[in-house]
Amino acid sequence: MSATIEKLSEVVIKFAGDSGDGMQLTGGQFTNAAALYGNDLATFPDYPAEIRAPQGTIPGVSGFQLHFSSNEVYTPGDYCDVLVAMNAAALKANLKNLKKGGIIIANTDGYDTKNLRLANYPDGVNPLEDGSLDGYKVYKIDVTRLTRESLAEVAGLGMKEKDRSKNMFVLGFLYWMYNRNMDFTINFLNEKFGKKPDILEANLRVLKAGYNYGDTTETFMNRYDVPKAKVEAGTYRSIMGNQAVAIGFVAAAQQANLPLFLASYPITPATDILHDLSKYKNFGVETMQCEDEIASICAAIGASYGGHLAITTSSGPGIALKGEAMGLAVMMELPLVVVNIQRGGPSTGLPTKTEQADLLQAIYGRNGECPMIVISCSTPSDCFDVAIEASRLSLEHMTPVMLLSDGYIANGAEPWKFPKAADLPTINVKFKTGLEEGEEKYLPYKRNEKLARAWVLPGTPDMQHRLGGLEKDFLTGAVSYDAENHERMVKVRQAKVDNVADYIPAQKIEVGAEKGKVLVLGWGSTYGSIKSTVLELIAEGHSVSHAHVRYMNPLPKNLGDLIKQFDHVLIPEINNGQFIKIVRDKFLVDAKGYNKIQGTPISKTELKSFIIENYFSK
Amino acid sequence: MSTAAVLTAKDFANELDIRWCPGCGDYSILKQVQTVLPQIGASIENTVFVSGIGCSSRFPYYMNTYGLHTIHGRATAVASGLKASRPDLDVWIISGDGDSMSIGAGHTIHLLRRNLNVNMLVFNNQIYGLTKGQYSPTSEENKVTKSSPMGSIDHPFNPAALALGADASFVARSMDRDPKHLQEMLKRAYNHKGTSFLEIYQNCNIFNDGAFEIFTEKSSKKMQTLFVEQGKPLIFGENNELGIKLDGFKPVVVNLNEGHSIDELWIHDEKDLSKASILVRMFDNPMLEGDHLPRPFGVFYVNERPTYESAFHNQIASAKGKKAELDALIAGKETWTVA
Repeated sequence: MSATIEKLSEVVIKFAGDSGDGMQLTGGQFTNAAALYGNDLATFPDYPAEIRAPQGTIPGVSGFQLHFSSNEVYTPGDYCDVLVAMNAAALKANLKNLKKGGIIIANTDGYDTKNLRLANYPDGVNPLEDGSLDGYKVYKIDVTRLTRESLAEVAGLGMKEKDRSKNMFVLGFLYWMYNRNMDFTINFLNEKFGKKPDILEANLRVLKAGYNYGDTTETFMNRYDVPKAKVEAGTYRSIMGNQAVAIGFVAAAQQANLPLFLASYPITPATDILHDLSKYKNFGVETMQCEDEIASICAAIGASYGGHLAITTSSGPGIALKGEAMGLAVMMELPLVVVNIQRGGPSTGLPTKTEQADLLQAIYGRNGECPMIVISCSTPSDCFDVAIEASRLSLEHMTPVMLLSDGYIANGAEPWKFPKAADLPTINVKFKTGLEEGEEKYLPYKRNEKLARAWVLPGTPDMQHRLGGLEKDFLTGAVSYDAENHERMVKVRQAKVDNVADYIPAQKIEVGAEKGKVLVLGWGSTYGSIKSTVLELIAEGHSVSHAHVRYMNPLPKNLGDLIKQFDHVLIPEINNGQFIKIVRDKFLVDAKGYNKIQGTPISKTELKSFIIENYFSK
Repeated sequence: MSTAAVLTAKDFANELDIRWCPGCGDYSILKQVQTVLPQIGASIENTVFVSGIGCSSRFPYYMNTYGLHTIHGRATAVASGLKASRPDLDVWIISGDGDSMSIGAGHTIHLLRRNLNVNMLVFNNQIYGLTKGQYSPTSEENKVTKSSPMGSIDHPFNPAALALGADASFVARSMDRDPKHLQEMLKRAYNHKGTSFLEIYQNCNIFNDGAFEIFTEKSSKKMQTLFVEQGKPLIFGENNELGIKLDGFKPVVVNLNEGHSIDELWIHDEKDLSKASILVRMFDNPMLEGDHLPRPFGVFYVNERPTYESAFHNQIASAKGKKAELDALIAGKETWTVA
């Protein structure tokens, strides 16, 4: 009897297992295969802060959620249709997010007495046996035994090494279940283990065994097909936010015709940008792993003074340490991009969980009157454009810029219709190499129409000057303790940042009418949740619109007018209410907040019911 | 190049009023640096002085070169980024005992191990001057200052020993009151390819006057100091009658007029790490200890090893053999086309 194939428009799969079970890799493989097939998708990896948290326990559960569809996808999905639970802890941690009637694929080997005890099930209770999962379709597979059996003939590998390929069994089974071609993973394995033939052989065998298991075992009657999405024509790739930040800066350096210099200190979840840029030395990228956060921003300032597009990457705790040096860059009026991949705070907080709680730190968190341009990313692929835009603003306005991303988009992936290099914006950088007509003397702090001072590189004859953190004279840049000069300089540094509003696009409405009852105003990684929520509400006939702000400081000039076209403004944020303070302060509107601070994205379900309850229930 | 013409000390000075206290040891150091730069063939526009915070860190303002007066303790880090990205520049770091040994000690040791080709001058006056007189990480124990009215309980750093411990490739010591020696040390530091760590004893005549008097005053200098020179025996004393010999690993003072021969003496070899380790540890406090060793000055240790910036750019040069097309980078490894 062959399985019937049922057509579905979208599926959410959660891969969950022990940190060592290879769930991130399994999820990533299925994702790429889905992307190559032509589905639209979004992913959300969710893993513990510890590299190997205690095996079998709930803190040790590592998850990867994939939402793939034949329609447009904006989020990794609130609830999953399929839960792969490699052990009891994975089941316990994720069952609440499985849809009623959903599928559980359980590796029975992970539900022995020891695993049940580690997952804190009471003595003698096994959820696979006690009927508590009756509302779900449970596929119990002894993955470990089947993996070992399929490798019985493979010599030269120990039991431990054989067991390591059991994630491939699950992947193969899912490829069968969703009627997918395995070529992508076969190629991947060939490339990854080409030099280790035993391990390659084992992985390929187990992958195929998983597929054939579905095919030959009569238990599994249902197979599913999620047809290609009708997306805009073009060439796509899958992209994660941190990858996009890295290549965005390489592109920005090329567009500015400057060498790129990154100085960084490893910190979750920003480290991948350092990893990626370190691989791009063939593009002339200079990367320096420094001894600490302070050293890395200082080294970047040194490279900026030397004429590079200089960047430093970090997360909240590191940004706190860099504060004084950001002030130095503001005073010296040198370009610098500071990247903050936000995570849960304060202090060490939740290193692997997402949060948007560094906005006020980004805008206000330095000593003295210390304005900085702040710009935020809304999706993984948006990080590419924002990296270029941050570089452009910093270089053309001669002032540091903070780029805000967060753990959710940093590690999340989506398909990206990527641009051609030839179509990227140009960044205009001109070093001053001598005096111009009519100039008698070089004045380091003389400004252009953007209020930016000229960039003179050390090594330029007859233009020697000294920069520093002490207050500067308005024109000569010499140290000045003059009271009126200080006030004038504070005002001019502020005006320089404020004037950036003249050089950025106007705020637009993402979806919905320009006028109406409720404006849902977001920034950063809440983009997908808000957009999909608002689309549903509009489809149901409600007067709701969505605007998503990229430029956090200065804000787009029309934002105040845009907001005033609505009766209500709702600001969802993954923090305790930060952007809302700024909006209330700048525009005196009675905005409401929807705040969730649980280290996870805001879900469509909860946001939608909040909006209906508060604005459309009467 | 505009500076190809013969330059003088004046070309490296500027018209700014110097704001150090009258009588400060910094004046002498500034003068020796301005004197030495034209002699070693430095160019004005290719020279950058980078400083942190403290009295000494005002130094870049008084030079007619490029300069950065950064934040407390971070001159080393800023200079590292500048030199790594611009190896063509001559980079000098100006720091004090507070800046380099306290708030910035963390960066100092990393600069030294990385071995960027920069010169680091540490003006050691064993006091915090700019904040008006608190004990510093090089102040002697029991020092009475505004923040230690009952005497400091902190054990001090020995900067030269710290630098050697951090694998510095050039470690030397000089003093503000010996212009000739200081000039010589500045030249040696400049000519060394790698991070040159030069500790300079500098008198703060306001908050710690006479801290190094015993080493700098004529009346005691000859007995209390030992000027080492490559290949020469370790000799000091009023009439060069005293010498240092090694008794195992222990340096001992012998009198050449009392039956000891010059052949017994320790011959200075600045390439010998073991001997340098003993030399930098000759750190007795002459005020406290009766029978003590003299304080050494000169170049203690030199080791030629590759600089950070050469390795940094060699990697980039070798990677540049690989294709670097932005379109390919943006597209990544796997793409798919939707018709």
